[in-house]
Formats: sequence, C-alpha cells, structure tokens
Amino acid sequence: MDYNKRLDGRGFDELRPIEAKAGVIKKADGSAYFKMGNTVAYAAVYGPREMFPKFKQDPKRGVLRCNYNMMPFSGAGERVRPGPNRRSKEISAVTEKALVSAVDLNDFPNAVVDVYIELPQTDAGSRCCGINAAAIALADAGIAMKDMISAVAVGYAGNKVLLDLTYEEEHLPEFLEGLDNKHVADIPVAMVPSTGEISLLQMDGIVEKEVLMEALEKSKVAIKKIAEIQKNALKEKFAKQISGYADDSDEQVNGEL
Amino acid sequence: MSLLVKDKEVVVPGDVLADDLGFIPGFGTYRSNNQLICSRLGLVNADGKVIKIIPLSGKYLPRRNDVVIARVFDILMMGWRVDINSPYSAVLSSKETPDFIEKGDDLSKYFDLDDYLVCKVTNVTSQFLVDVSARDQGLRKLKGGRIIHVNTHKVPRIIGKKGSMVSMIKQATNCRIIVGQNGLVWIDGEPDKENLAVETIRKIEEESHMSGLTERIKIYLEEKTGVKLVTTEGDYNGLQ
Amino acid sequence: MVDQESRKHIREALDKGVRYDGRKKDSFRPIEIRTGFITTAEGSAQVTCGDTEVIVGVKMSVEKPFPDTPDQGILMVGAELLPMSNPKYEGGPPDAVAIEIARVIDKGIRESKTIDNQKLCIKAGEQVWSVSVDICPINDDGNLLDVGSIAAMAAILNARFPSFDGEKVDYKQKTTEPLPLSKVPLAITVIKIGSHLIVDPTESEEKVLDARLTVISMEDGKLCALQKGGDTPLTIEEIGQMVDLAMTKANEIRKLIKES
Repeated sequence: MDYNKRLDGRGFDELRPIEAKAGVIKKADGSAYFKMGNTVAYAAVYGPREMFPKFKQDPKRGVLRCNYNMMPFSGAGERVRPGPNRRSKEISAVTEKALVSAVDLNDFPNAVVDVYIELPQTDAGSRCCGINAAAIALADAGIAMKDMISAVAVGYAGNKVLLDLTYEEEHLPEFLEGLDNKHVADIPVAMVPSTGEISLLQMDGIVEKEVLMEALEKSKVAIKKIAEIQKNALKEKFAKQISGYADDSDEQVNGEL
Repeated sequence: MSLLVKDKEVVVPGDVLADDLGFIPGFGTYRSNNQLICSRLGLVNADGKVIKIIPLSGKYLPRRNDVVIARVFDILMMGWRVDINSPYSAVLSSKETPDFIEKGDDLSKYFDLDDYLVCKVTNVTSQFLVDVSARDQGLRKLKGGRIIHVNTHKVPRIIGKKGSMVSMIKQATNCRIIVGQNGLVWIDGEPDKENLAVETIRKIEEESHMSGLTERIKIYLEEKTGVKLVTTEGDYNGLQ
Repeated sequence: MVDQESRKHIREALDKGVRYDGRKKDSFRPIEIRTGFITTAEGSAQVTCGDTEVIVGVKMSVEKPFPDTPDQGILMVGAELLPMSNPKYEGGPPDAVAIEIARVIDKGIRESKTIDNQKLCIKAGEQVWSVSVDICPINDDGNLLDVGSIAAMAAILNARFPSFDGEKVDYKQKTTEPLPLSKVPLAITVIKIGSHLIVDPTESEEKVLDARLTVISMEDGKLCALQKGGDTPLTIEEIGQMVDLAMTKANEIRKLIKES
C-alpha cells in the first residue's frame, strides 16, 4: 500500500504548527526562537565583530560563521555527546551557505558575524528549523539582507510527496507496515522566498527526477508561508512601538544616516 | 505614486515598500526590477521621493566627529588601542591627549588598561582604521560613575533635540551624564539617583518611537523625584 | 581584567545601601520555573532568574556499571557555557568556569546522596541506570551556578524513567516512576564586595567581587558541599554569615521548585 494517511493526521502539503519569536536572548545582538512541530531551535547572532583568527579575515567584506549544535537531550533516543561532530560540522557549513546568499556584509571588511544555533529538542527538520531561526536573528541584529531565508524539509515516503517530515516519517518503514515502496527521501530546501532561488538543497534517499521537481515546487509554496511567519515575529517584537509620530522630530539630531 | 507601507511602519528585509520607479532608494532599501525593497529591520522614513529606513538595531559604525566613550584595552608604543563598542577598534595617539607626554614616558600613567574616556573620532578609513583624539575641551578620562550600554540607534532620542531629553534627566537626578554616539552612557551621581537615570534611559529605549515621549518622561521623572522640571533646549555639544 | 573604577563605584553604592538594579543585598531577581516541556528528555526544566536563563535536560540509559561499583547506577552532571548565551564564551571544549559549575552541582547531588545510586541498579555487574544531567545556558546575565543548580534539581524532580524491557530502553514510553530522590540540595552563591555580602549577583557584580562562597544545603539544614572562589580571603565569621544567608535563600527557592 501507499502512505495514504499521515501518522499525525496532517495533509500532505501541510506544515506542522509553527511558533516564532524574535529577540529572545538579551545578551545577543540578534536572536530568535523557532519551533516547527516538535523541533525547536534557538539562534543567536553576535556581530559584526572583530574576527579571530586574523588570517581568516576578508579585507573586502565581513564573513558569516555558523555553528549548529544539538543539546545533549535533544535527540530521539539516547543522549547526544556534547561537542561538534561530523554531522554538526556539515550542517554548520550548509547553514552558512544557505544564509550567506541573502546577507550583505560589504560594509564590514575584516569583521565576522557569528550565528549560533542550538536545539533543545528535535523531531526531524532540524537544520531547516535552525536556518529559519537564524534568518530572523540576523535581521533582528540589524544585518542587511535582501530578503529572509526560509527553509523546510520536503520528502518522499510511501510513494507520496510530503511536506515537513517528522522523525517517524523519515523512518516510515519502521513505523508503518506493508508499504509497497520502502524508500524514503528527505530533502531539506532553503530559499530566498521572493525569488524562489534555492540556497540549500540536500537529499538522502532514492527518488525519480519528477518526484524531486514536484517536491521542490511544493517547498516553494510552503516557504512563502514560513517567510511571513518569520517577518511577523520581527514585527511583533516592536508592536509596542506604535507608528505614532515622533512629535519633536528628535530623529533629526544626529539621526541622519 | 504611492508607498505600499506607512511612514514610521516597522519593516523587515524583503518587505516591498513601493511598486513604482518614482521613488528613490535611500539607506536600508534597494531596487529590484520596479520595486523598492527593504534590506534592514527598521522604521520607514519617507522624505519626499527618498525612502529610507531608520534602523532599530545594528552595531555602531564610527563616523568622523562623533563623540564616543571608549575603553582602553591595549597600550601601544605611541598610544593606546581603545574599544569603541564597534566591530572596529580605534587608536588614541599619545599626541592626541590633553597632557604633554614625553618620549619614553610610561603611557599607563595617563591611560591604563580598562580606563574609560570620552574622546572624539577624528578619522575613519575605508578599511575602518579609526583614530580618536582626547585633546579638545571636555574630552578626558572618566573617573567614578557607571557605564551602561544602550542601543546606538536610540542615542538621538536619549539626547533629545538640542539635548533637551538628557538635560531633563540631569535636572531630575542631579547626575552628570555623558551620552556617547557609540551607545555607551556615563552616569555619575548619588547611587539611587544613578539608578533612576538608568531606568529612565531604558524607558526611553523601549518607547523611543512612540509619540509624546518627552512629555511622558517628564511626568515620569517628576513623579519619581518630586522635582518640577523645566524643559530647556541647551547647547548640547555631547559633553557634560 | 578588573576595572578598578567599576569596583570602587559598585562598592560605594553598596556602602549607601544601593545595588545597580535596585535590589536588596539578600534579594534574588524574580525566578520563574517551567518543567517537563522537552519531549526528547526524560526530565527537563527551564529557569529564568532576571535575565539569566538556563535549560536543563535529564537523559537516562542502561549501561554496564563501573567495575568498582557493580551495584550502583551512574550519575553525571555536565555544563556547557554555550557561546550563544554570552559574547565572552568562545565555544570549544568546556573551560575551567564551565567545569567548575558542573562539578560543584554534581558534588552537591552526589555528596548528599540525593539520588540513591543503589536503587538505580537493575542487575548487579551488568545493567544499571545511567542518569545524565546537562545544563545549557540560554542567556547569561550572571549567577549561572545557582540558576543551573535550581534548574538541575527541578529537572531531576521532573524526570521519569523510560520503559525498559530487560534488553532495550523504549524512550517513547515514559513510566510514571520518578528518580529515587531523598532530598533537594540547592547551591546558593554568596559574594563579597568590600564588606557587603550579596546574593544572586548580576554579571557586572560578578566582575568586581572580592570573594565568593557557594554553599550547597539541604532541607534538613545540613551542608553537603562548599566552594570558595575569588582572590580575597574570608574570615570564619564571614563564612558563618554567608552560610546562614545561603541556607535561608535555599529554603525559599526550594519551595518554588516544589510548587512548579
């Protein structure tokens, strides 16, 4: 049989419930909390700041540096030993590539913008959740960006294209008996929402090209929704600061930029 | 010709501000095809045809003539390296201090590690090599008092038009206050009054873009201190 | 690097009875505790104390016991100073500060025999429960040790054994069985600035302290761990005062944990 009804009852094109908040870590220059279903990510941005080691500095523009980390209690089974491992280093690298295409650091030669992503709890889609949190945090920190970067994991399981897989869906044959097609593909995608340009694309599994194309089209739709949520999180942070008129035009004093 | 957003609205990167070639992209915006798009988190500022963003966050970037509060973190051969709360540090040359320093003199006698001082940015290169000077009137080492960090973009509001806001705080709390353009504020007075000055400044930061701020702060300070305040527009040159 | 001017100014303010955030010397910042919200952990807690925020997760697994204690379970407390919580942390392997936090909290739990290790034994010499408590700061505005201790105890109280069928642990099936706890030790750090004794220091107060004493105490009024830090020595009388202050605060906060 095929995967006809999702284990959590969602539609095949339906995202898990999302919660997003900006400015949650006071010490950071920018920060965010992003939750997709049961996957939770914090992101903190520090910078632009002086870069060490000095030989890594770029005299033409600032450098973006990402660090992805799962807290020891965030995995599906046993405790995850703290500290970087091959998987987290790989995710840090692709996260940086995903974000750097939207970010403009030309005004900050020799400086670095550090992005720290920490996950207290995961249920698949963790690198996408991290990227979504990081994009909010970068904007919160006042970094110039041409747009948000939004990410979602699409996939293919039981002959169906799915949006935003859970851990169980990533391992579907273990949780559902009698599937005709036991191959599961997990495809994390990150995009610039306004243009549909893809800045992160990975895949595990076996699929035909047509399936991949269909999955990417579906991700584009979902990503636009995610971008709205990210933007609203930023705007809600300042909701108290109503757009009333600054009556004494104080911005004029040294406010010119 | 119309904007898609309101003046003083909070906008985020990627927001389309205008769908019209009639507008000119200012700070924090860029043009893509026919659209004017936001690239920085901030408030829309429509000044005729120029649309720019007043940022709500972001690091301080030094500009010439800014009066800043700096912290010494390294002593060099001919001066000191100072932290100006920016991605870029600055150099204070031993020739740019109020004292006459002889060759071979121990520089830490004048400014030691972790000393704070008020100084002026005199030069910024394209690679952000920054020079500061402490020679002019009023520029000096800061003794006593406490230092807080504020959002550099809120500094104009904390100072107020011609210093009216900070004057009010000084009047109410009897504290000496120096507001650095780089987001450092030095406050010196009686401890409980210093705390009130800090609370007031935090309040200004929080409510900086709401209308009627000056009046609200005046009432707040009057209630807290019982001092009737006179709003003056002094000649605030950035120094105490 | 200690800024002498800051130290002098904070001390002078304290001489006049004023702390920078307006608190009394023996007041904690407002504390909020939330438990049991991390689905992947057997126990969890999030504590905010003013702006300092810490998350702790408890994980359990079945392991072979250590050869010299074949009938005892394993307890491990870890703390990482996550770079996201404060720009001064650089990441990399835990440094002396992180290790001290972990070890002091661990000592408090171990020395007090809070968790009855023998009750963690499943099959002597072969299978015992291993309990890991991991302390992760989210935002560090001072006093990570105390806040970490509060969160660790709240998470331990919240923890429930996962199912174990004799061979494999099923993390998806939580039992209702709590850890075999007999007491709730709590670490409270008292710092000394000049002649003043202060609890729950903010980051700027921690920077200028002369000495600090972390006291881990239990409900029955007994102490189970002590750790002194800072460059300045303490007199016996001062230590007595600090212990009294720490125990009073520990009792107050213990009530908060139990209520959460």
